[in-house]
Amino acid sequence: MNTLSTYLIIAAVLFGFGLLGVLQRRNLIGMLISIELMLNGANLNFMAFNRFLTPEPAVGQIFTLFVMGLAAAEAAIGLGIILALFRRFRSINIERAQQMRG
Amino acid sequence: MNFMTEAMSQMAFWIVVGFTFAGAGIAVFPRNILYNVFGLVLALTGIAGLYVFLGSMFIGLMQLLIYVGAVCIAIVFAIMLSRPLHLEVPKRKLPKVVMASAASLIFVVGMVGVVFRTTWKPALDRSTDWSVVTIGEMLLTRYDLVFEVISLVLLVAIIGAIVTAGFSRRLTS
Repeated sequence: MNTLSTYLIIAAVLFGFGLLGVLQRRNLIGMLISIELMLNGANLNFMAFNRFLTPEPAVGQIFTLFVMGLAAAEAAIGLGIILALFRRFRSINIERAQQMRG
Repeated sequence: MNFMTEAMSQMAFWIVVGFTFAGAGIAVFPRNILYNVFGLVLALTGIAGLYVFLGSMFIGLMQLLIYVGAVCIAIVFAIMLSRPLHLEVPKRKLPKVVMASAASLIFVVGMVGVVFRTTWKPALDRSTDWSVVTIGEMLLTRYDLVFEVISLVLLVAIIGAIVTAGFSRRLTS
């Protein structure tokens, strides 16, 4: 159980779930949720490499903290954009937003 | 006795993995957006458990605090913008679902292939210093610049979110 490959495969499957969600959902909030899943898959990779390979275990944890901070910023901006789109189109369906194409 | 604890920890590990995958599935597949958010909460909590298995209690707690506590609650706020749940949902287009599934399946298969075909070599001398004190010291010495930049990014994101959400209201009303 406790090997590097197990964690890497779990992370890859999580990323695959996120990719599937981003590609097939039309609801913007659903896409945001899927992006969070993908970021978590990447984080799990960092922590697994940190646990099994790197010389200094603190570095991977710092990386993970940075990714978490970026994810928080991304969620805030994403929700702001969703609010603005909703005010403009009265809907958060992504296909409605294609009207903005120039 | 030792064998028993080993088996129990292994069982706990697979239960946590099962929770994570179940949460990820619930977060992606149902059409009801409320189920999606609760699936995301389940998956993120499972990942926090995996971090504990990876030896870092601190990151697991941070995961609970930041993702489950902050990001998911922020997403819950946005649910009320989603289409009303009593309306009938439009059908998914079959070609899109098939192509999206194929793309993510290809990605996962490729990654699993890469993972199995690589021989991972651990670093020669690995320190065993997992303490939070070291993380704090490194954040303020070696990763000082990154730390400052990420606080700047967060500040800009907060201001940007306020401006995007508030400014468009002034434009439309």
